[in-house]
Amino acid sequence: MSVKKKFKGLSDKAVAWLFIGPSVFLLLAINIYPLIYAIRMSFTNFYANKIGREPQFVGLKNYIKVLNKEAIWEKMQVTANFMFWTLLLQAVIGLGLALLLNRKFKGNELLTTLIVLPMMLSPAVVGVFWTYLYNPQVGLFNYVINFFHDFGSFDMIGSSVLAPWSIVIVDTWMWTPFTMLICLAGLRSVPNYLYEAAEVDRASKWQQFIYITLPSVLPFLLLALLFRGIENFKMFDMVVELTSGGPGSATELASINLKREAFEKWKTGYSSAFAVILFVTIFGFGNVYVKVMNKIKER
Amino acid sequence: MILLFVSLFTFSANSNAKSITLGWAAWDPANALQELTKEFTAETGIDVNFEFVPWPNFADRMLNELNNKGKTFDLLIGDSQWIGAGAVYGHYVKLNDFFDKEGISMNDFSPATVYAYSTWPKGSENYYALPAMGDALAWAYRKDWFDRPELNSEFKKKYGYDLGVPANWNQLHDMCSFFQGREIDGQKRYGAAINTERGSEGITMGVTAAMYAWGMEYENPNKPYDMEGYFNSPQAVEAVEFYRKLYEDCAPPGHSDAYMVANLDAYKSGQVAFQMNWYAFWPGVSKEDSDGRVSGFFANPKQNVAAATLGGQGISVVKYSDKQDLALEYIKWFARPDVQQKWWDLGGYSCHNDVLNSPSFPTSTVYAQGFLDSMGIVKDFWQEPTFVELMLPMQEAIHDYVVNGKGTAKGALDKIIEEWVEVFEADGKL
Repeated sequence: MSVKKKFKGLSDKAVAWLFIGPSVFLLLAINIYPLIYAIRMSFTNFYANKIGREPQFVGLKNYIKVLNKEAIWEKMQVTANFMFWTLLLQAVIGLGLALLLNRKFKGNELLTTLIVLPMMLSPAVVGVFWTYLYNPQVGLFNYVINFFHDFGSFDMIGSSVLAPWSIVIVDTWMWTPFTMLICLAGLRSVPNYLYEAAEVDRASKWQQFIYITLPSVLPFLLLALLFRGIENFKMFDMVVELTSGGPGSATELASINLKREAFEKWKTGYSSAFAVILFVTIFGFGNVYVKVMNKIKER
Repeated sequence: MILLFVSLFTFSANSNAKSITLGWAAWDPANALQELTKEFTAETGIDVNFEFVPWPNFADRMLNELNNKGKTFDLLIGDSQWIGAGAVYGHYVKLNDFFDKEGISMNDFSPATVYAYSTWPKGSENYYALPAMGDALAWAYRKDWFDRPELNSEFKKKYGYDLGVPANWNQLHDMCSFFQGREIDGQKRYGAAINTERGSEGITMGVTAAMYAWGMEYENPNKPYDMEGYFNSPQAVEAVEFYRKLYEDCAPPGHSDAYMVANLDAYKSGQVAFQMNWYAFWPGVSKEDSDGRVSGFFANPKQNVAAATLGGQGISVVKYSDKQDLALEYIKWFARPDVQQKWWDLGGYSCHNDVLNSPSFPTSTVYAQGFLDSMGIVKDFWQEPTFVELMLPMQEAIHDYVVNGKGTAKGALDKIIEEWVEVFEADGKL
């Protein structure tokens, strides 16, 4: 084979590898390798800050410890509570706003821009300025609530009853626009002739919503909730800035607890096991969810 | 052009060779140190770069740097609790030989500060830092309100004694309650801004001020790491219950995650009659008295015993630094009595005996006597290499009880011991 022929051109396969090679390499280096490393560490008693101390194999001890620890289940409960309410509120309000903005009216575009502003902010910044909004003495939030009904002085962040709601409210305020945008995209993809046919068949607006709008927008809504679910499962920055996981551990999500175990207590082996459990949980839920979503789409 | 690049490179290389970086927390004393250090640069030609990290991130930033063997810092003014980790994990240079060579004697510094900031194991003669900034948790109060005859007579009528520096925590509670919700000059005021912060060390530093005063010990003096009956003794339980009572009865609304800055803000904005804080802030508080505000200061009140929570830091040379010789030169300069005097004059808290024992010291500022009193009664949190692991469960459990109102004080302390036992077992101490 002459040199000229050798370099004349690359095969399709080679070109394909050339394009995907860097991505595959990066994926292996920064995703797959750390994952395998973390799984390996989860079977040891490794402490990253104890220099010179060799990690020892401890079998399933870390996993048993994590699963038997009452505090971990409390954190999981806090996370589940946070996810349930944020997803529910974001689905309902997001869909409602999308339906509103799908109508043509003056100022529609300006209103859309204003509504999506919160999701453009940094979660840490949002956390910090909501601490001021929630301030019982000078906060706007308390003032507005008391304007409608005088509840007296109440502390959203300092009360164990209200603090979980305080993070739900902020997350909903920040991320409902995301759900709204996805739903809006879904609504705008519904062909008009369906509604025209429904009008001919004398279907009411409610029937049109139930039998045309909702089935059409549902796959989009479910997709938005999948993204939000994954994001909220690993929610960290906004909550840390807002409540630091407090009062006590009332808003300490699993991700915050994981960070504290891994990078403050430096229990690397134990926290790796915890991380693997969280990963399997979200991966398992995600898979089931995607399957359900695909079935709905096929209908 | 080439010459320009060469000269720029040479300049950069030269300036790097004669410069060091010092890491500390971002607060008032750091600014004073920066001012003081200008004299060091003028004397030696060595530039000192500063990296000041805000308190909430201070420990994370610095300890990660040390654990990663980072070379960012040549000198570190690290918290007293880090000394164990600094020594055991080899982050700090042992300074004994250097002190001997340069004639720096630890006898020239206040014994409490040498013990707390410099030695590991505790009480040994292994020195890993020079005492740099003495500090303890103390109290500031609105002296101008206390001096108002109408308030004093109303208080005396109710409690049977004069408004003034509280002799114990019960009196502190009386006074704080007296001001809680009271209208003064047309504004609603509150009792005390106390430490309740959840994220780093705030509430632990606050509650231990009460626990030490009630006589709490961390462990059996004759059997190290035996905490049962000591850390959760009836006195310790009572102190934690009292701290919760103080929070519930006397803190301003929304003061549920507050530490240094939040306490200062509450005080400076005229919300509270008392604030709990570190001596480091008193020069600023005193200087900023205006609009009729007159601040008084006092050491942590005693209850069963006289005791105060230790703050403050020592200055250490980082083992991973390539410029240890320059860093040591800075320590040699900083240890000089004349420099220590200037340090105090600028608002730093010197630990040097020549400064502290000077006849004019107690009257040099309104908080100087309190500082002297406090430094004689200080107690510190665990200084073990695993102190962060020990701090976190205490933060959570105490916050859960004091702020969240969950469970009992005894239950919180028992839970902390349970977690501490686990930490000490993992560390091979138990």
